[in-house]
Amino acid sequence: MSRYVSYRDFDWLLMGFVLLICGLGVMEIHSATMHTKFAGAHIKQIYWVVAGVGVMFLMSLINYQALLDQIHWFYIASVASLVAVLLFGTKALGAKRWIKMPGGNHFQPSEWVKLILILAMAKFFADMRQRELSWSDFFKAGAIIGVPMLLVLKQPDLGTALTYIPIAAMGMFLGGLQWRQGLAIFLVAAVGIGVVLYVPAISHHVLKGYQKQRLTSYQDPDSDPQGAGYQVKQSMIAVGSGGIWGGKGSQTHGAFLPIPQTDFIFAAFSEEHGFVGALGVLLLYFIVLMRLTQNAQTAPDRAGTFVVMGVVAVLSFHVLVNVGMVVGFMPVTGIPLPLMSYGGSSVLFMFLALGMVMNVRMRRFVN
Amino acid sequence: MFGRDEKVPAMRLTASQYIILGIFLILAYGLWRLQVMQSDYYSLAAEKNRIRNVPVLAPRGKILDREGRVIVDNYPSFSALLLRDSSRDLNADADLIAMGLHLNPDEVRARIKRFALMPQYQPIFLKEDITPDELQFIEAHRNELPELDTIMAHRRLYPRNGFMAHIIGYVGEVSDDMLNQPAFELYNPGDVVGISGVERQYNTLLMGKNGSRQALVDSKGREVGRLGETEAIPGKQLKLTIDLDLQIAAEEQLQGKNGAVVAMDPHTGEILAMASGPTFDPNDFAVRVSRDEWTKLVNDPDKPLLNKAIQAQLAPGSTFKIIMSVAGWQDHIAQDLHVNCAGGAEFYGRRFGCWVKGGHGAVDLEKAIYQSCDVFFYTLANKMGIDRIAKYATDFGLGQKTGIDLPNEVSGVMPSEEWKIRNFKQKWFAGETISVGIGQGAIAITPVQLLRAISTISMGGRMVVPHVINPVDMPPGYVEAARYTEVKQVPIDPNGWNFITDAMSRVLLPEGTAPSAHVPGIDIAGKTGSAQVVSLALRAKAKNQDDFAQNGWFVGFTPRRNPDIVVCVLFQGGEHGRLAARLATQVIKAYVDKQHRTPQKMVQQPKNGTVDIGGLWTAPGSDGDTDDLKAARFAVDLPKKKMVLATAAPGMN
Repeated sequence: MSRYVSYRDFDWLLMGFVLLICGLGVMEIHSATMHTKFAGAHIKQIYWVVAGVGVMFLMSLINYQALLDQIHWFYIASVASLVAVLLFGTKALGAKRWIKMPGGNHFQPSEWVKLILILAMAKFFADMRQRELSWSDFFKAGAIIGVPMLLVLKQPDLGTALTYIPIAAMGMFLGGLQWRQGLAIFLVAAVGIGVVLYVPAISHHVLKGYQKQRLTSYQDPDSDPQGAGYQVKQSMIAVGSGGIWGGKGSQTHGAFLPIPQTDFIFAAFSEEHGFVGALGVLLLYFIVLMRLTQNAQTAPDRAGTFVVMGVVAVLSFHVLVNVGMVVGFMPVTGIPLPLMSYGGSSVLFMFLALGMVMNVRMRRFVN
Repeated sequence: MFGRDEKVPAMRLTASQYIILGIFLILAYGLWRLQVMQSDYYSLAAEKNRIRNVPVLAPRGKILDREGRVIVDNYPSFSALLLRDSSRDLNADADLIAMGLHLNPDEVRARIKRFALMPQYQPIFLKEDITPDELQFIEAHRNELPELDTIMAHRRLYPRNGFMAHIIGYVGEVSDDMLNQPAFELYNPGDVVGISGVERQYNTLLMGKNGSRQALVDSKGREVGRLGETEAIPGKQLKLTIDLDLQIAAEEQLQGKNGAVVAMDPHTGEILAMASGPTFDPNDFAVRVSRDEWTKLVNDPDKPLLNKAIQAQLAPGSTFKIIMSVAGWQDHIAQDLHVNCAGGAEFYGRRFGCWVKGGHGAVDLEKAIYQSCDVFFYTLANKMGIDRIAKYATDFGLGQKTGIDLPNEVSGVMPSEEWKIRNFKQKWFAGETISVGIGQGAIAITPVQLLRAISTISMGGRMVVPHVINPVDMPPGYVEAARYTEVKQVPIDPNGWNFITDAMSRVLLPEGTAPSAHVPGIDIAGKTGSAQVVSLALRAKAKNQDDFAQNGWFVGFTPRRNPDIVVCVLFQGGEHGRLAARLATQVIKAYVDKQHRTPQKMVQQPKNGTVDIGGLWTAPGSDGDTDDLKAARFAVDLPKKKMVLATAAPGMN
């Protein structure tokens, strides 16, 4: 394997679009938090983005093949860290998601575990010896994702646990999922969701009260004007009042749109820049995703393709769930909009993931 | 062979791309639906959509003394607001507003200008704590000046001039630093919490919980609907163990002096009075303290913000001799020790002086206590060694926190060999033990520690935990009630207990060190202490000797065994323990006087009803023959009104 990796192969075009999205995010965070107690958050976000770019460059230096070879250790470590959170984590707002680090920072393992899972999936499917996914491999893949997912669900953090699913889904799909298996998943999922939501005995046991309320109230926001349904309703009002070209942002600024700088950043943006602006942002995300897919197609080996598509899956899922929530298609899940939502964990995770993509791309002539 | 280099089927990759495209089209449709198709509907909804969350404030709990007398209460304080979401011309009205609120009109206009960039729904605070006539003005001009409004908050009213300031503490807005601490996680910026004293220690109890009222307002700010209301939970009131009368006596004694006075019930550990001087007025903090005021208080060398009863760590001086006496007795050394005091003695090549230059002559333990002979205790300390002394001192709680329910108590220092190595990486020199014997040197304690140690000794070894709240008055499970009712028994030989407390009661007699503090009619036992702040030689050389004046200590109790009250006084710069003694005995006198004033519970005579009478009588006609007695009990009705005796002589009723 040649050591020659040049930065000409770095995907500057991709980074350009990514930074453009980040820039819009910073702008919107500034606008949304100007009069609130979070003012100045956009500065912090800039720091995160800069740190993220640095991390991305660093990540692209490591040969991803080497990472994949060691992935077993990383996987064990990540499962251990999730267990540690359950055992030793600090409880905040009713959930145990963080471990207190010396120095007063909080470490949220479930984000980093996502990255490890993408790599783990890639290795698993890259090492497969058949064209089609056998049932035993199917279950094995399910377990690889399932174990961390259950640990995260126990925290409880339904939103993050759900984001592990697209990793598995993409991996299986590209790895030769058979029609029958796909159908099986679909049926089990549909029945499972139905049972969990609507059979009281089970739903009581599995879902926490607020989780259940979130999932059911999205169908009928008026049923719960002050709770989860309220957030969706406010979001839709904000988006709708933006019209085609954008409005004055009274909802965002008037504190009617809850937490506009994180989960509902897209709503804030849509209110201020209207249909044109919102569609533009969606277009930017789409371009990023297509570019990523192209990098997957030119990857030097199976593993590389899986890695990149894993990132594509996670990114698409986030965008789908977040924007879907903002326009009222999906329930509130607490999933941020990558690159735009305020928050160090999310920004760093995205740039790490992009770093891995760069990693793959830069080695595409190797071999 | 299917291997690592086998590419992922291109068809599947393309399929993924189309799936993603599909997702985005769905999202775009979602946007279209809201922003193009139903745009008018949502714009209207946005206009109508103003929910105002008006907080319903919970009043903070009152603080009472042990008899239920109110010490700290709240008073309603009104602030004047200027609402800006109406269509009034605020600048034009500024003159009238300024006149009614006694403000400068230019200042009002400047403030309006400054706030121009803020969102319209945020009102401007014009004036806090407005007077009743200003309140009247606003009410009277509701029509002409609809943009003026008031909001009521409860403010804390503390006793004036810093009475009980250190125990009570004060409240303030929670600071950014505090918000970062885990204990304050659930508070929001702007919440008012206890910052020091009991206000802080029992903040959760006192604070209550604000409710809120959600009102729907239209773009004109008029209420068009009410969504809901959560009731406020008022704070619970706190009953202290402090006796207001004793507290007044203690504060009077400490007036104009630096130091502390603490009084405690030795059976239970209830603190009956606690004063620290100098003091500060917490009412100054209640609205908003100016930075200059705050800096002045913090930089004051007499440290008015410190509660010296629990935070002053100083050498105890001769009061420590009592602990030495008990220690020496338990080790069977002190009771038979006889020393000839000639005004000083030499140990390890150094001369250690006694405070009586000519010496006390022949001294035994009893005389050493009431005459406070240094040489005796030098000798005793030398015989025991620092580790034996430290063992007994720590048994009596010195060098450790007492666990009192006030924040920021300090632990003091009780030196030992292990302590020296751990903190200074040096060995303890036997010569250092000598000064510790008379309560100087490395030893440093707080008044409340000394109080507890002496209280334990006076109670024959019964050690309590001092507290200012009675655990019985707490809601179940709130305070670890068990912690404050914990009683430990420290072993003291009963003979030693008798001997030492008897010797202590001679301190206030003519042969003792504080005869001027004697109070006629009250048997007070105690010990004086005069603790040097720097060495005598150094002080002699100092320019202003007053800066290095000694601290006067006194601990006293009455009666001399199983006392009802123990008092400890620290008089900084008081030079001699007997001055501290005078303060303490006055407090004790106040206590005893109060006891005498309180009507004792006696069997009450029934005012109405019947009285039981028993009687023995001889049978009629038996001429008092006592062989045959009859007995019976009678229930006799008391006369309802005074009966005039028929046989009364004229003039006799």
